[in-house]
Parts: sequence; C-alpha cells; structure tokens
Amino acid sequence: MKLTCDEATTICDKTQYGEAGLWERVKLGLHFLMCRTCGLYSKQNQVMTKCYHIHKETSKYNKSCLCDEDKKEIEQNLKSKM
Amino acid sequence: MSLSSNHMLNPNKWVTLYADYLYNYTISRVSNHDTAKDIVQDTFFAALKAQDNFQGKASERTWLVSILKRKIIDHYRKINSIKGKAEVKMNFYTDGEREGEWIEERAPTDWGGEVEKKIENEELKVVLEKCIDYLPEKYAMVFRMKTIQQFETEDICKELEITSSNLWVIIHRARTQLRKCMEDNWFKN
Repeated sequence: MKLTCDEATTICDKTQYGEAGLWERVKLGLHFLMCRTCGLYSKQNQVMTKCYHIHKETSKYNKSCLCDEDKKEIEQNLKSKM
Repeated sequence: MSLSSNHMLNPNKWVTLYADYLYNYTISRVSNHDTAKDIVQDTFFAALKAQDNFQGKASERTWLVSILKRKIIDHYRKINSIKGKAEVKMNFYTDGEREGEWIEERAPTDWGGEVEKKIENEELKVVLEKCIDYLPEKYAMVFRMKTIQQFETEDICKELEITSSNLWVIIHRARTQLRKCMEDNWFKN
C-alpha cells in the first residue's frame, strides 16, 4: 500500500505517458499527501514532458537519410562480399 | 524450390532500393548516424549470407527488415551489457533503512518562477539534447523510442525483447537523470 519515493516517481513517470493504472494513481495520490519532494517531482515532470514535446517537434532525426557517399561505401563493401 | 527462390533476391540493387528505408528505421531507434549506418551495412552482409533462407513468402524488403530487427536487438544487448560506465547515477538509496528514498543531493529543488519563460527559450533544445546524449546509450535509446518517437510500450518491449517493468525502470532512471541534468544546466542556471 505504501510506496517508496522510487516507486512513486516511477508511477509518476508512467502517468506522463497515460499508462498508470487506477490503483497506481490512487497510491500515488496518497504518497503526495505525505511527500512534498515527490509532489515537486511530479510538477517538474510535467514541465519536462513539455520540453520533450518541443524537442520532438524539432528533432533532427525527423528527416534523415544516408548521403550518396555513405551509400557508395556500403555498396562497395557489399560487392566485395558477393 | 530453394534454388529458384534466389532469383527473387537482387543484392545488386539492395543499397539503391532499401538503404534509405532501413536507415530511417534504424536511426529512429539508435539516434546515431554512424551506428545506424553500421547496422544497415551489417544487415546487408547478413542477408547476403542468408540468401538461401529466403523463401519468397515475404517481399524482399520485409525480409531485410526482419534481419534488421535482429541486428537492432543485438545492438541493444551489446550496449546493455557494457558494465560500469553504462549506468545512470542513482537517485534513490538502493539498500539499508532508507531504501527507495531520495538521495538528498539528487532530489528536486524549486526552479523558481521563470519556468514558462525558460521553456520558450530556443536554447533549451540544445541543452536538452546534450542531457539526453549524456545518458548511457541503453537509457537514451529506450527513452527516445518511448518519448521522442512515441512508440507503444508493447512494441518497444517486443522489439528489444524486454519486459514492460524493465522498460519503466529504464524510463524512470532516464527521466530522473534528465530532470537533474536540466535542473543543474537550465532551470537553475
């Protein structure tokens, strides 16, 4: 029933992806009543999620491909094995 | 049957036809250009060796992707087995009377009132990217797949052959370390 801070913040992370179960969320709520530090973690966690979304939008991996040079190199290496 | 099936594979055209597709599949998981390039090349090598196993039931691309998926698991296992430096800093006591409690110097502290303004600052992305890169590779990989690529938990578990509780431990450790990194280098800087 009683969560450690480690367990509580794990559930807190799950909530950021909408994947904490009902019972987990109840236990988390009770933990917050007793623990200000985890409450602060939870608040900052939402800020972090916002940051990750901003990061995702501008991620440099959104569009990427191999350059011709890379392909040529792989092509040659592959041919040498045929 | 096994003799004629080879005719459906055309290794000479693999790079032209599939290199970009395989590379994109890989980079969204490993997030490092050189690593992704090596994995794609390894996939072609392995496919070349395994040509006789191609039964023509799937398309050439699907067959190559199935080999690529094995290569990605192999890569994950490799980075998972690098001991020592590959661990994140602990945020909670792991044994004794205080097991599961915050380690004081790693616990969250107040970020002050300028948080919203700091989120909108363009520089944030640079600092955040550095913090993610600072994670041990295994944590960065799972964190990115879940948070940046937004893959389903179930799919990541299947792809990397890990359990969901394993995944959440990794996500949790990654996020607590990233929080601390951003606190030190951005929000309280």
